[in-house]
Amino acid sequence: MHHVTVKGVRVDDTFAEAFGMRATAVIITADTMQWAHQAAVTMTGFGTSVIGCGCEAGIDRELDPKETPDGRPGLRVLLFAVSTSELQKQLLGRVGQCVLTSPGSACYAGLTGEERLKLGSALRYFGDGWQVSKRVAGRHYWRVPVMDGEFVCEAATGLTKQAVGGGNLLIMGRSARATLVAAEAAVKAIHCVPDAIMPFPGGIARSGSKVGSKYKTVKASTNDAYCPTLRGAVNTALDPDVASVLEIVIDGLTPDAVGQAMRAGIAAIIKLGPSRGAMRIGAGNYGGSLGPHHFHLKALLP
Amino acid sequence: MKPLILTLRARPDHRLDLSPLVPHLLAGKTSAAIEKIALQTTHGCVAVGDVFRMRMGDTQQVRIEGACDRLDLVGHGMTDGDIAVEGDVGSQAGRLMSGGRLTINGSVGPFAGSGMAGGHLDIIRSAGDRLGGPLAGEMAGMRGGVVTVRGDVGDRAGDRMRRGTIIVEGKAGRHAGSRMIAGTLLVRRVAGALPGYLMRRGTLVLGEGCDGFSPTFVDCGVHDLVATRLLESFVKAYSARAASILRRPLRRLAGDMAVLGKGEIFCSPD
Repeated sequence: MHHVTVKGVRVDDTFAEAFGMRATAVIITADTMQWAHQAAVTMTGFGTSVIGCGCEAGIDRELDPKETPDGRPGLRVLLFAVSTSELQKQLLGRVGQCVLTSPGSACYAGLTGEERLKLGSALRYFGDGWQVSKRVAGRHYWRVPVMDGEFVCEAATGLTKQAVGGGNLLIMGRSARATLVAAEAAVKAIHCVPDAIMPFPGGIARSGSKVGSKYKTVKASTNDAYCPTLRGAVNTALDPDVASVLEIVIDGLTPDAVGQAMRAGIAAIIKLGPSRGAMRIGAGNYGGSLGPHHFHLKALLP
Repeated sequence: MKPLILTLRARPDHRLDLSPLVPHLLAGKTSAAIEKIALQTTHGCVAVGDVFRMRMGDTQQVRIEGACDRLDLVGHGMTDGDIAVEGDVGSQAGRLMSGGRLTINGSVGPFAGSGMAGGHLDIIRSAGDRLGGPLAGEMAGMRGGVVTVRGDVGDRAGDRMRRGTIIVEGKAGRHAGSRMIAGTLLVRRVAGALPGYLMRRGTLVLGEGCDGFSPTFVDCGVHDLVATRLLESFVKAYSARAASILRRPLRRLAGDMAVLGKGEIFCSPD
């Protein structure tokens, strides 16, 4: 693999191949940031990959009380899916089971746009006829009576068809510990980029996959070319000094958000350097023929 | 650009219909054409130039000076622009307006904001009966927009209101929010007897209670709700004084149980 070396870190001359997705955003608030966070974490749980979870979900950022409609602490959560109907289904299921149920929570639109997804206008039926519609400042809310008071939920939220899923970085190091340190630094940097999420646990995936399998029923299987324990047995993509690989997958509301997030991640890994972190950065692709968005690592160097 | 200024020459002998003098109907007209606009009175027609001295200006900003309570239908059906009135006006100010801003630097008669669908009607002193209410035969009153009254309002404010917000910084008369279908009516000080009389849905907020609730409203306890926070942040943009009554836990009364019973009155917990 051709590469350039920046401050001792090898950056592969390759690209991340990403796909168009449908995405939406909601703002979750609560009486304290702890409970807003709890609701958001619960809602985005089991939302790592569309392959098995129906959607990819994550926390975009924490919101200051001044930024939320009700003046309470909150977070913005992003959801990505492959179709509008699946996104709608996942949104209602997750807000209905994880946010509506969380103490003191409220849920608002986190995205504007002409195309809308149902939110409170569908969840209101939980109120069994006692729900109240309220329009305030041009926005439509539903107030659903619940056991700790009321669940306030905006009637609808925005949908974008410009979203991109599958931006990624492959972080390679000489030990599992050093690779994890580099991946954590990248995750921390990417968290500062708006409109992008990293849907895997803590933003990091250790089980990167390839399409297909030797087994007919399995749609995706382990990326053997990047498994260090198979180095001698398969057509490996790893150098002899690489002992561990971690992947950061990035979904963004726009191609630019994904590019900015990858740029921030690469910069953080390079800043950490090969002695404390990763010695090589790569990216996953399918040869460029499947996904319309190609994020070349060389173009994203700091 | 300077506003178009109309100064009343003298108190008219009859009631005067000012509905033609709204920005979207004045747009593109010359000074001479505006002076020739016919205004209906209870006794015939007069021309604008006969009753007003006019100084031409931007027709999107109309200023009426020396107004009196015989000027009816000020800002009727206005869709955009700005009308400012110095003095009192008569009935139906801002009736059917759907946009823009109408400021009355004085008091208004009955049916101000009647059937209003959008925009902002700002009344610096007091308003008469049936603020925002429907005329006889109409099914609904106010359908959108915001009305602010810095003084008191008469009886049946928000009658048959369907959407929108009325903010009263002073007192309200009897039956505030009567027959409300939806929407929000906020009274910072005390309201007269039987607020929310036959209301079906909607929200009434009473800062200092009322002269007596209907027995068909039921006490639902004291709550600090997210919905009142949303309302507070909206009302604050129009009246910080009125918004202050939402900044505390409030008692919720549900009613009117004589009809649908899905309305509510928020009032002081005491």
